[in-house]
Amino acid sequence: MSTAKPEIDIDTTYKYGWHDPANYVFEPKKGLNADVVREISALKNEPEWMTKFRLRSLEIFESREIPDWGGDLSSLDFQDIFYFIRAADHQGRSWDDVPDDIRNTFDRLGIPEAEQKFLAGVSAQYESEVVYHSIREDLEEKGVIFCDTDTALREHEELFREYWATVIPPGDNTFAALNSAVWSGGSFIWIPPGVQVDIPLQAYFRINAESMGQFERTLIICEPGSYVHYVEGCTAPTYSADSLHSAVVEIIVKKGARCRYSTIQNWSNNVYNLVTKRAVAHEDAVMEWIDGNLGSKLTMKYPAVWMVGPRARGEVLSVAMAGPGMHQDAGAKMVHVAPDTSSTIISKSISQGGGRTSYRGLVKVEPGARRAKASVVCDALLLDEDSRSDTYPYMDIQEEDASIGHEATVSKVADDQIFYLMSRGLSEEAAMAMIVRGFIEPIAKELPMEYAVELNRLIELQMEGSIG
Amino acid sequence: MPDPILKITGLEVAVDNTPILKGVDLEVPQGEVHALMGPNGSGKSTLAYALAGHPRYEITGGSVLFGGEDLAEMAADERAQKGLFLAMQYPVEVPGVSVMNFLRTAVNASRGEEIPVREFAKLFKEKSALLQFDPSFSDRYLNEGFSGGEKKRHEILQMALLEPKFAILDETDSGLDVDALRIVSEGVNAQRGPDLGCLIITHYTRILRYITPDVVHVMFEGRIAQTGGPELAEHLEDKGYVEFGSHEPANAPN
Repeated sequence: MSTAKPEIDIDTTYKYGWHDPANYVFEPKKGLNADVVREISALKNEPEWMTKFRLRSLEIFESREIPDWGGDLSSLDFQDIFYFIRAADHQGRSWDDVPDDIRNTFDRLGIPEAEQKFLAGVSAQYESEVVYHSIREDLEEKGVIFCDTDTALREHEELFREYWATVIPPGDNTFAALNSAVWSGGSFIWIPPGVQVDIPLQAYFRINAESMGQFERTLIICEPGSYVHYVEGCTAPTYSADSLHSAVVEIIVKKGARCRYSTIQNWSNNVYNLVTKRAVAHEDAVMEWIDGNLGSKLTMKYPAVWMVGPRARGEVLSVAMAGPGMHQDAGAKMVHVAPDTSSTIISKSISQGGGRTSYRGLVKVEPGARRAKASVVCDALLLDEDSRSDTYPYMDIQEEDASIGHEATVSKVADDQIFYLMSRGLSEEAAMAMIVRGFIEPIAKELPMEYAVELNRLIELQMEGSIG
Repeated sequence: MPDPILKITGLEVAVDNTPILKGVDLEVPQGEVHALMGPNGSGKSTLAYALAGHPRYEITGGSVLFGGEDLAEMAADERAQKGLFLAMQYPVEVPGVSVMNFLRTAVNASRGEEIPVREFAKLFKEKSALLQFDPSFSDRYLNEGFSGGEKKRHEILQMALLEPKFAILDETDSGLDVDALRIVSEGVNAQRGPDLGCLIITHYTRILRYITPDVVHVMFEGRIAQTGGPELAEHLEDKGYVEFGSHEPANAPN
């Protein structure tokens, strides 16, 4: 089977597997060393402190071991990856400014259409950089900053530097160090005090090249009393060689503010998706992660909330679906630092066709976090005998008055459920889809309708042909 | 006389390789309501599941013609689309699926086309009132947390919406209090007519006071042991199943 020709979708169930002909602004090189890092920094005309930050991060990365827990990373070759590809020589403020091939890609993904219908701002990243960007005028007038992270470093350096790498320092973990060395693109969002952004801001991440490494870096700051809902989607072509997506997302939610971050990750099944996401929630702040992991070869992602102010609240709603050859190692981390903080983790996973899902989660109650409340519910649904699900819940509770609840279930779709629905005229596939939709309903109902529909549609696409 | 809507000839059914039905002969003409009575373990529910197409119930001999077509050749969904309906004794919970979504999907599947939203809403309102459901019922998840009575009323609501040619009621009366039994029976009676054949499976005669059968069959040890008119039910009410070798009574336990 040829994978080199464009426009061939080799995976019958993955609808985003096409790629465009390469047409790059400069010839990319594979591999990672200090020169590559310096070149990325130079191409971006970065200030010296950032170049040093990158080089220091590379040293940390090189000194670290590749994790031997979670998923199997043994065939990931860091020298066989493109670390930076510039696909367009400038960023568009209208879709007409975006090169034709790239604009067509985003057209096919439905981004401009969604932007017109229900979004307050859109950022579209293609390979290493954001190629299109827009924000609703009234939000700009209120002082909301929504731009790509490279632009933020150029135009808002002081604000940028105040928060940069304060939530996830380069030494946090191996992949955070890698991202810190070669980061490019991502979103920078600053919501002024008291400003409520009533409809979502969206970023879309598209990998096009084979063996691509995408290392976006997102930083969101919600000033006191503000609100934002940020949504990200991701797809990539299906290739025989692996790609790497390793993002870092840092969020600061100040007093009484609320941030909701929704992801619908639908990478093709040749992408390693190794992402560090962490938020700090101050007094009375609320941080919500809604995390949908539908694609990739291996995902290792555990969105975290550090509740550092009294009465802060953290929530993670996670849906993972693993099909043939896929492993979703996903979960959440809740760290209670201040008193009267509360957290909820709801994880739903679906395994099908030999796919593997793992829930891996941490609930930590630090000394002084009196009266902390935490609840963890993880439910796994197996669609057949070949699939697998595991649960790795970690608890570290340092206060006696903490109230911690944990429930875990693993269920198989019962023959009686299928029969009941079929006896009402539904086909076996429709019955299975209805059961799965019901299973993820508690999470789908938290998404804006358009995304809930998309989530259900993607799950059904992945289930197509899975019933023999 | 036209062919019966359901014609069962020498039917043998096994569950996990254990023979349960050992040659059932039964005919129901369209428009008639038949009762199928019998003590526990006689094979009544096995017949219901085998007719509806549950994959665990394997037809090992004989034949079932539904509207002249061989049922054994069809999967459960095809049987439903052809107009066969089974009101289950133990309706299954499907968490996260709303009653409204389920019912609309089922109506669309059985009709083979999308019912317009407004038309469905009207139909749902009318039929759910008949079964005495509060409108908020439509947002609940399928059978989850339903009382025994709600589950059975919901089964008959489905029957009312799907308008089958033939309905099997598998112990719909079991576990119902008098009020719920009356609501369920009225729901069935409202659908009675020349276009509906019906087989009411029951251990007890109680439901037959509300739904008068045209014919009563008694099943014992996997075969039809006796067939008669409504008076056969009255006879069983007095004597129980003793004549068939069982000491179980047939009058209601309460």
